[in-house]
Amino acid sequence: MIIYDFLSELFGSPVLAAFIQSFIPLIFLIPFALFAVWLERKVSAFMQDRIGPNRVGAHGWLQTVADILKLIQKEDIVATNANKPLFNIAPVLVFAGSYLAFAAIPFSSAFIGSGIDLGLLFIVAASGFVVAGILMGGWASNNKYSLLGAVRSAAQVVSYEIPTVLVILSVVMLTGSLSLYELSEMQTSSFYNWVIFGGTAPTLQKILLIPFMFIGFIIIYISSLAEVNRTPFDIPEAESELVAGFHTEYSGMKFAMFFLAEYANMFAVSAIVSAIFLGGYQSPFGYLGNTIGWEWLVPIEQFFWFAAKGIFFVFVQMWLRWTLPRLRVDQLMALCWKYLIPIAFVNLLIIGIIVIL
Amino acid sequence: MREYFSNIWSGLFTVLVGMKITFKHLFEPAVTIQYPDEKPKLPERARNRLYVNMDDCIGCDQCSRACPVSCITIETVKGLPTDDIGKTSNGKKKALWVTKFDIDFAKCCYCQLCVFPCPTECIYMTETYEFAEYNRDNLNYSFVTLTPSEIEEKKENYAKLEAEKAAQKAAAAAAPKPAPKTEE
Ligand code: SF4
Ligand code: SF4
Repeated sequence: MIIYDFLSELFGSPVLAAFIQSFIPLIFLIPFALFAVWLERKVSAFMQDRIGPNRVGAHGWLQTVADILKLIQKEDIVATNANKPLFNIAPVLVFAGSYLAFAAIPFSSAFIGSGIDLGLLFIVAASGFVVAGILMGGWASNNKYSLLGAVRSAAQVVSYEIPTVLVILSVVMLTGSLSLYELSEMQTSSFYNWVIFGGTAPTLQKILLIPFMFIGFIIIYISSLAEVNRTPFDIPEAESELVAGFHTEYSGMKFAMFFLAEYANMFAVSAIVSAIFLGGYQSPFGYLGNTIGWEWLVPIEQFFWFAAKGIFFVFVQMWLRWTLPRLRVDQLMALCWKYLIPIAFVNLLIIGIIVIL
Repeated sequence: MREYFSNIWSGLFTVLVGMKITFKHLFEPAVTIQYPDEKPKLPERARNRLYVNMDDCIGCDQCSRACPVSCITIETVKGLPTDDIGKTSNGKKKALWVTKFDIDFAKCCYCQLCVFPCPTECIYMTETYEFAEYNRDNLNYSFVTLTPSEIEEKKENYAKLEAEKAAQKAAAAAAPKPAPKTEE
């Protein structure tokens, strides 16, 4: 918010300010993706008692930079029988879809891409965009593995959207707001006010709410994992069966775009989960800036907490990835339709009743 | 109904158990040996590239005959009675000049069969296993210590000796001796 005001004053035009503002998350996202790829490789290596990348830079931290340089140099191969326009649009669409979500995620009280009131709804809708891109890429590749991966991905994302939305709904019943910015502002001052601990409801309600909020948190975490196609829900790209799923035919920069989108997505869902349940950018205790009277420090601290929570959940995603084997298609659907959706539904009803009380 | 809930419980519980295991491994030291920098310790009696200590080789050709893939090529020339070819380390007097001793490691199967018959124990396995080449011909190692000119000289000496002997034979019309044959 503050950054937007500053920009529009600087350029004297709200349109230009909004345009520039839209690139700000990218400044965070690209270094994050590079870092996350490195982290993923290190985490996987350590969990398997290996060393991981350690040649380029200290502990291999420049490895991903080198990889990106390599990907940029690579030849851009388009298969002869691919549908070229769709094939070329797909990676852009997938990345745009995951970048859209960042428009509604508050990075700190000073910065949110767009302070729309329907942030959560917007994000749910934007995740549909990604499916379109994935289906497009899979279909346009004219490769049976790609198509299979894309179709699986669509089936998976569509099914898992239901428990996500049900949990979001139960949170909205409690807080009465769909704006992530307002949600985060509501959970201020201490971790006791986080939605996972019943938000700012009266004490009795809080105690009743905590177990159900925990259940909701677990459900939304599992289903968001499925929405970003991470292991154990990675059947869309299942290396061992489908080569690489929908991006089998892609090379060079287009492949890098898919990769970037995957890591952007990982961070987006982590940020959304933490904004809904764990206070978003709010610190779990007070702010240093408030204590020593430096007001300007608060937004920076908030950004730190936002990044820390996001990266922590990204780490948990990696941790799960290197722990669990992949689910079969029928198990995947059974988990969603037989377990997550009914539980989310009952949870929604119970939270509703508690809120009315 | 009971099964439904116990399924959920065991699902969540086993995931946590798995996560605990992987988390523990996060702090365990890596077992990786970073190969070119660090080398694994070779077991005793590991079979790698051969080496021939030519000072001890008497040119008896036993290794070449033992070799199942015929990758050792040895040529020898008899020394003149006046030549001092030297002694092996276990005291045998050498009688032959070894003019060619090639081992083609592209063919060698590292079976070590050539090592055992050697009477002077001069052909043996070393610790070297990194000797890849771009050209297969480069794998043909020559172990001879004589220079080409020396080899020529030895051959000529021997031919002269033969010629002299033949001349003597013809002259003296002595009982014919079987011609000394060079190995291969
Ligand atoms: S190791 Fe075996 S194959 Fe190699 S030279 Fe000796 S006998 Fe021949
Ligand atoms: S067996 Fe030993 S001494 Fe005889 S030719 Fe081979 S290396 Fe030389």
